[in-house]
Amino acid sequence: MGYLGVKVNSSLITVDQLKKKYGENEALKGVSFSLAEGDFLSIFGPNGAGKSTLLKLLSAQTRPSGGKIYYGETEIKDLTDDFRTKFGVISHLPFLYDSLSAYDNLKFYAKLYGVENIDFRIKEILDIVELTHRKNDLVRNFSRGMLQRLSIGRALIHNPDIIFLDEPYTGLDQHASNILTRILKELFAHRKTILMVTHNLAKGYELSSKLAIIRRGEMVFFKDKDDVNDYEFEDIYISLVS
Amino acid sequence: MVRYFKTVYHIIEKDLLLELKSKEVINSMLIFALLVVVVFSFIFEPGAEYKNDLAAGILWMSIIFSGILGLNKSMMNEINGGNLNALLLAPVDKSAIFFGKGLSNFLFMLIMEVIIIPIFVVFYDVPIMNNLLFSIITLLLGTYGFAILGTLFSIISVKSKTREVMLPILLLPIIIPVVLSAIQAMNIFLKGDDISESFKWLQLLLVFDIVFTLVIYVIFDFVIEE
Repeated sequence: MGYLGVKVNSSLITVDQLKKKYGENEALKGVSFSLAEGDFLSIFGPNGAGKSTLLKLLSAQTRPSGGKIYYGETEIKDLTDDFRTKFGVISHLPFLYDSLSAYDNLKFYAKLYGVENIDFRIKEILDIVELTHRKNDLVRNFSRGMLQRLSIGRALIHNPDIIFLDEPYTGLDQHASNILTRILKELFAHRKTILMVTHNLAKGYELSSKLAIIRRGEMVFFKDKDDVNDYEFEDIYISLVS
Repeated sequence: MVRYFKTVYHIIEKDLLLELKSKEVINSMLIFALLVVVVFSFIFEPGAEYKNDLAAGILWMSIIFSGILGLNKSMMNEINGGNLNALLLAPVDKSAIFFGKGLSNFLFMLIMEVIIIPIFVVFYDVPIMNNLLFSIITLLLGTYGFAILGTLFSIISVKSKTREVMLPILLLPIIIPVVLSAIQAMNIFLKGDDISESFKWLQLLLVFDIVFTLVIYVIFDFVIEE
């Protein structure tokens, strides 16, 4: 048994011919790839390509119309609710209550995830996202950058092994962007498995170990970063999506 | 099972804290219920004998319509900022999240009723104290049924652009047995009729509450799926 509590083969996440339909609209048309523990995959693509849908499917927020997702050798539909402690999701939405303080928000989510030593963990998280001095302030008074930093803290409160990020750099100021980059580098160094959807080619290339491009619901590019340099990648991206 | 009830408790605790800081849900319900009670009191001439026949209906009308307003406000707290998605991502039983929300709404409505009923008694001069225990039982059963079903339909309707209209359209036809039973039972108490006549209505309320609690427990995962 692997650290996910499921049987592990060489791939931690395996996606096999994944399809998702919203009515007549086919958001994903048979996407397949696999990730090993400690991989950092950045997924690029134009708006409406199906990137966020892929993240929703991987984090079990919605069910596929076809195809399968495996964590280790176990299909996602056979995993229990406890499995959800293994991943954290950072979205372009903050997932925070704006009439509660930063501390109260983190405390609530820590309780839901069954975190032990809650006060200690909250202190740790607030230090990581550099919001200790604002812990008692209401979230509604936070800037976009501070909201996103607290949102990162919320997603990491239960120390997940897999992290899904949906456009995490959107609307961030330079300071918040630097903090996010630092946190992602630290998580990658700690062999967390990370899957990030982004429009930011330079940032995605800098941070990742694997790169993918989705266009109109199809994965048209998937490679190790070592196999393609940044100039090449930009050209490939432009030629594939334009 | 302990974890299930802990989740329900955490949701209620969070909602109470949220309400304590924002005061949005109870205040909006209270103002609306007060307006209904005051405006409808103008119908009756001072000392009119027929008012006891209608008073229970007016009380429940104020509870139901202000409750719909409160349900929308309460669910908006979960939609703003994507919190409902975050709750559904948590490693907890989804129906525990539902019952946490449902019981929070039930508590908010009870708080509103505790304030509005004395005002109602003053305006309508109704003998609610004659059968206080049964009146409280009716209010508890009726409010629970409304809050639980209302929470379910507010989750369904809240993502719609026309949520303010959609919720009553979905909820009111289903809630008719609750409204009818609660009004009939309260009528009996307020008019001073034989209490035993109210038992069939109270039984209907109780059965409705139990059946819908069980049905929602079973189907909620499917309802929330998409």
